[in-house]
Amino acid sequence: MKAVLVVVLALLTAAGLWLLPASSGATAPTPAFGLAVVVALVLAAWSVQRIAALDTPHWAGTLSAVLFGVWVLYFWQIGVVAFDVPRVLLPAPSSIVQSLADHAGTLARDFVQTVLKAVLVGWLLGSALGFAVGVAIDRLPFLQRGLLPVASLTSTIPLVAVAPIMVMWFGFEWPSKAAVVVLMTFFPMLVATLAGLQAAGKLERELMHSYAASYARTLLDLRLPCAVPFIVSALKVNATLALIGAIVAEFFGSPTVGLGFRISTEAAKMNMSLVWGAIVVAAVTGSVAYALLVRLERRWAFWHPSVRSR
Amino acid sequence: MRSEATSLRQRVLPVAAVLGVTLLVWYLGCIALNAQGAIERVLPNQPGWGSADLVRTTWNMERPVLPAPHQVAADLWSSIVDWPLDSPRNLLLHVAVTAQSTLVGFVFGTLFGVLLAAAIVHSRTLDRALLPWIVASQTVPVLAIAPIVLVILGTLGFSGVAPKAAIAMYLCFFPVTVAMVQGLRSPQRIETELMHTYAATRLQAFWMLRLPAALPYLFPSLRIAIAAGLVGAMVAELPTGAQAGLGAKLLTGSYYGNTVGIWSALVMSALLGLGLTAAVAAVERLMLRERRT
Repeated sequence: MKAVLVVVLALLTAAGLWLLPASSGATAPTPAFGLAVVVALVLAAWSVQRIAALDTPHWAGTLSAVLFGVWVLYFWQIGVVAFDVPRVLLPAPSSIVQSLADHAGTLARDFVQTVLKAVLVGWLLGSALGFAVGVAIDRLPFLQRGLLPVASLTSTIPLVAVAPIMVMWFGFEWPSKAAVVVLMTFFPMLVATLAGLQAAGKLERELMHSYAASYARTLLDLRLPCAVPFIVSALKVNATLALIGAIVAEFFGSPTVGLGFRISTEAAKMNMSLVWGAIVVAAVTGSVAYALLVRLERRWAFWHPSVRSR
Repeated sequence: MRSEATSLRQRVLPVAAVLGVTLLVWYLGCIALNAQGAIERVLPNQPGWGSADLVRTTWNMERPVLPAPHQVAADLWSSIVDWPLDSPRNLLLHVAVTAQSTLVGFVFGTLFGVLLAAAIVHSRTLDRALLPWIVASQTVPVLAIAPIVLVILGTLGFSGVAPKAAIAMYLCFFPVTVAMVQGLRSPQRIETELMHTYAATRLQAFWMLRLPAALPYLFPSLRIAIAAGLVGAMVAELPTGAQAGLGAKLLTGSYYGNTVGIWSALVMSALLGLGLTAAVAAVERLMLRERRT
């Protein structure tokens, strides 16, 4: 109960602070205003601490994370506006939202160019290729032993550096970015598929053998289903990699549209609100893709212990 | 002896075969991709050319679509041998510049990540309020913030290593924090209770139980972190005016259409990535040596 009181007190203080003229940048901040901000800050920290200390209800953990996020946004806004932080350093959240609304058309075109073309095509193609090669070489242990160490080592190599070569080969448009993404997503999926196909237990395999099941039957009914959790987690890793790959590849050269292009050129023009807007779009895309893949995992791999325990 | 022979057959031979096939495909690809340019630009100078001439030309083009492996190797070798170490034509200079910012960022990122993880493990507030955001940030392309960091640090008057190291640092710290939190929590209840019966303080429990228990979690994350840091350092070199560093070298190569130069910078950055990861793995073996036995 006391926790609720603290939260209400903090929210009331914050609301009062919000109404002061200095908060909207109308007047210069006085020392008294600075003191009020410090008081609100202490109250906010206290409220997060009280909520985090709760054992019940079960969503108290989520609530404290959300509350923390809200406070960060609030003090970001108040601090930047009241103390007149240069826009180049840090634009206020309100101006980021403003530029999101103002440049919605531009950002939507960037989103289509980068995410729906380069990332989606590259991610699907790279993951499908990795999976296909993994299944294809399943019966060739010699190739597996040769490819697996090489594929694992590629995770330590900055693969995104092939972007300039891909730009030379496929031009400035999205296929060159998709090619970078294909290369980046291929190896994680290959490694995951190979590991997943080995995941079926000895007992189950011997059972299939005792049924005189053919190789294809065993693959379809036992080993591929066992590999699904590995494959879905590779899809999740690849989703983030694909976004990074496409955005960074656009830093190396792109047509005048795309999230990476927007970020790099607007940063050079010091138009930071729009840069932050593009980053918000990329971040939301990444989180939504991840959330969708988690749902997919729940549906496809509902039997796996790591899913059931959630 | 026998085990050595089998391990040679089991491990080295397949990898060598895969690499050999890759090389073969590369040379064949050179013929396929460069043939058009060769026929249009080079071969008209020597009338009556045959297929052997065509193959030889595609493997030794001035500006090939795909340079042959020996061209890349020759370019690497000449850049290292023919130019002094402080010349921008020497690739080792660029490797040193990139490695420096990667390592500085890596050290600070790891320190920061470990400290933050220690704080999160000991504070329920941080655990519940901050950790979800750090975990969620793993799904977000944080590398995209690099241009912002460069602009901010540039306005504040930082230049040189600092901005690049800052980007490498924030890329390193996410995976380290997440893994360290897991690792510091890995001791079983019975072990923490034992420390409690010894009347060990939280600090002692941290040094003697939690930190050693976290090391096996820390090192895999360090290998991820240094690879991420290298990408960060290279990306950070792109908009800085491109004076030195592997990222800058890649960008200038693509401006001037110097294909061989791009490929040798690419090979060099791959080698740097492998080297940095191998160094981390060596430290891991050294520190976890006594546990194996």
